[in-house]
Amino acid sequence: MTQVTLSIFRGDANGGGFVDYTVEMGEGQVVLDVIHTVQATQAGDLAVRWNCKAGKCGSCSAEVNGKPCLMCMTRMNTLDTSQPVTVAPIKTFPLIKDLVTDVSFNYEVAKRIPAFTPRAPDAPDGTYRMQQIDIERGQEFRKCIECFLCQDVCHVIRDHPENKPDFMGPRWFVRLAELEMHPLDTADRTEFIRKAGGIAYCNITKCCTEVCPENIHITDNAIIPLKERVADKYYDPFRWIFGKLTG
Amino acid sequence: MAEYETHEYDVLVVGAGGAGLRAAIEASAKGARTALVCKSLLGKAHTVMAEGGIAAALGNVYAEDNWQVHFRDTMRGGKMLNNWRMAQLHAQEAPERVHELEAWGALFDRTKDGRILQRAFGGHKYDRLAHVGDRTGLEMIRTLQQHAVHQGIDVYMECTIARLLKDGDRISGAVGYWRQSGDMVLFRAKAVVLGTGGTGKAFKINSNSWEYTGDGHSLAYWAGADLIDMEFIQFHPTGMVWPPSVRGILVTEGVRGDGGTLTNSEGKRFMFDYITDYFRAETAETIEEADKWYDDKLNHRRTPDLLPRDEVARAINSEVKAGRGSPHGGVFLDIASRRPADYIKRALPSMYHQFKQLADVDITATPMEVGPTMHYTMGGVRVDPDTAAATVPGLFAAGECAGGMHGANRLGGNSLSDLLVFGRRAGMGAADYALGLGSQPEASTGDADTMADEMTACLDREGGENPYAIQSDLQDMMHTLVGIIRTGVELDRALGEIEKLKERAQRTSVPGGRAYNPGWHLAMDLRSLLTVSEGIARAAKERTESRGAHTRDDYQKTDPEWGKWNLSLSQGTDGSMKLDKTPLPEMPAELASLLEEAKV
Repeated sequence: MTQVTLSIFRGDANGGGFVDYTVEMGEGQVVLDVIHTVQATQAGDLAVRWNCKAGKCGSCSAEVNGKPCLMCMTRMNTLDTSQPVTVAPIKTFPLIKDLVTDVSFNYEVAKRIPAFTPRAPDAPDGTYRMQQIDIERGQEFRKCIECFLCQDVCHVIRDHPENKPDFMGPRWFVRLAELEMHPLDTADRTEFIRKAGGIAYCNITKCCTEVCPENIHITDNAIIPLKERVADKYYDPFRWIFGKLTG
Repeated sequence: MAEYETHEYDVLVVGAGGAGLRAAIEASAKGARTALVCKSLLGKAHTVMAEGGIAAALGNVYAEDNWQVHFRDTMRGGKMLNNWRMAQLHAQEAPERVHELEAWGALFDRTKDGRILQRAFGGHKYDRLAHVGDRTGLEMIRTLQQHAVHQGIDVYMECTIARLLKDGDRISGAVGYWRQSGDMVLFRAKAVVLGTGGTGKAFKINSNSWEYTGDGHSLAYWAGADLIDMEFIQFHPTGMVWPPSVRGILVTEGVRGDGGTLTNSEGKRFMFDYITDYFRAETAETIEEADKWYDDKLNHRRTPDLLPRDEVARAINSEVKAGRGSPHGGVFLDIASRRPADYIKRALPSMYHQFKQLADVDITATPMEVGPTMHYTMGGVRVDPDTAAATVPGLFAAGECAGGMHGANRLGGNSLSDLLVFGRRAGMGAADYALGLGSQPEASTGDADTMADEMTACLDREGGENPYAIQSDLQDMMHTLVGIIRTGVELDRALGEIEKLKERAQRTSVPGGRAYNPGWHLAMDLRSLLTVSEGIARAAKERTESRGAHTRDDYQKTDPEWGKWNLSLSQGTDGSMKLDKTPLPEMPAELASLLEEAKV
């Protein structure tokens, strides 16, 4: 057992600050383990979200030493523990308490996205046929655990909360790309992506891709293809003229 | 009498994992005003951690598979203690439920001809599990969540239900608290569906999330419903064992389904030494036969590495006790020497990731160390198989918090299918009941007032017991005295310890206020944790035989007489726990004959 000090943000919407907690740390522990030790021994009311503790549910997102990550997958031995390790809540969403933020924005956006609209079944028994190669891109997007770290680092909404009504953020472009590239889906969401999604705000700095714990190529595989679809439909000069001529 | 924030619905679904979501979708589709309440954020329920797949006799890989074979495997896996009607409905309806998920957007791995691919799993005769790599639970919960969102179901997140309310004998709603504010909330509802999952947080080494505190089991029990089969707790054979911080985290059975084998410190595939008579006829006796089985299941018998979970967990326990364990007290699970690295990364990506990141182990190069971890609660609310109705009018239960479906031991993959089949049936049952009920039953706020007082007392008290310490002591005790191998003497001790812990749980105090206070929430959860712990220990003490996941060192034989009985728990009028033996429903002859034929 070694001792380690975490400097954890304590507070709520009215304000707060970092409080140091020194606790014993066991072998192989992750940041969330140490947070739990602090909770169990020194601060029973320390607010933190977590569920699976195995990188599968995306609940325990935080900023550890300034870096957005899942606390359950961040090993203490990857951090410099000679100084206090800072643990702060994710910044893009309003603070509720300590490490817990109000991520309801995401659930509201999810409701607005036009639903999956499948084609008629392929076989008389009501089942579908799809080739593995055709679903692999969709499967990449569906690995998303909704940790919202991509939303946290996206400067369009992190630094400018006023953009939130007009820009959905990377998580929702991944969702939209998944629907648009789904082999069974028949809906066209291009207008939605352009207008409601606000995809033009994204200037492909790839911050989202860098923090994705599921290693989804958010920028290259989701956002850029969606931008291309929008550009094709609305900003292709030939298509524009053709549209004018043919009504 | 205080005023509470109040909502009114036809159907209130408690829990938003697979069962709760599927129930809410169905109830809403039937026209019932439906609310879904969950302790965490939507999409974070424990279903998300399911890895291997959904068992359904689609017959895509082996056309020989059908519901009868699935039914037979399920009953044999449950050591014949399952409710036959649940096992039948489950096997018959699972394929339709899987296809439905696909029609709602799920992207399962494919066969070469474009159908849903199925993988081999323990106790299943044929490749049967529809899956997405090793993250099937995530696919399932996301599909259901996305479908539900567009159905107009009201979702109340981070809200804990603490008590069910009754109007006379029937359910009239529930009372709970918002985790964010600590304020109480009252739901008036004609019917309540419980889909709250299991009890894993009563045990020290477990694969479960913090939410698994036996809430639904306890809510039903306190409201007068029966619980059955509580003695049957599944220890999954393969949890991580090293480093200590990850002990218990699940390693999917898919590792073995896809070719991985269990070995001891002598390098021996020890499972060949643990084939019981019950499974001898269907299990490979040599390594050669076992290895051929992976590619040709029609002409070879299944590897003993994929015996049902109760058998494998006991075998690992015995190997470790005999001194043939791995350095950190488990055994080895080796897929590295048996399958190419790119295959492993493709079929088991999250296992690869999990070991690499949490244990510095590359599973494509070295064996994993694994050991048993508390994983699943077979016992639960006694329900009517067709409607999922509990013994209290207006109360329904589905998924892990319902009992009967899995008997003495659940087969891997049968949980996700259970959630879908009986989630839907519970939603239907609840909607039919609620819509058939004329007026909204009265929801008295008396119980809510009592709740509010209890909750406030815990915050006001100073110098009381730390709830975290109580939970930790409970987990240690349950693990030592009510674990994988049990004795009557230890179970008696456990019941004594539970009484002491109950007293301590009356005197908890927590720092801080009402807003998002996890210590306070845990103090409330202790009541349900202790209720289910007592139920597990009492039933385990009573069943003087070994069957499925329940192993008594002092009664090692399976007793045919005990095979005729379920143990049933209910709350007596004096508040104490009552235990009854209730006869197993009799199986119709045509189903019984399926099991006869299977004996060979």
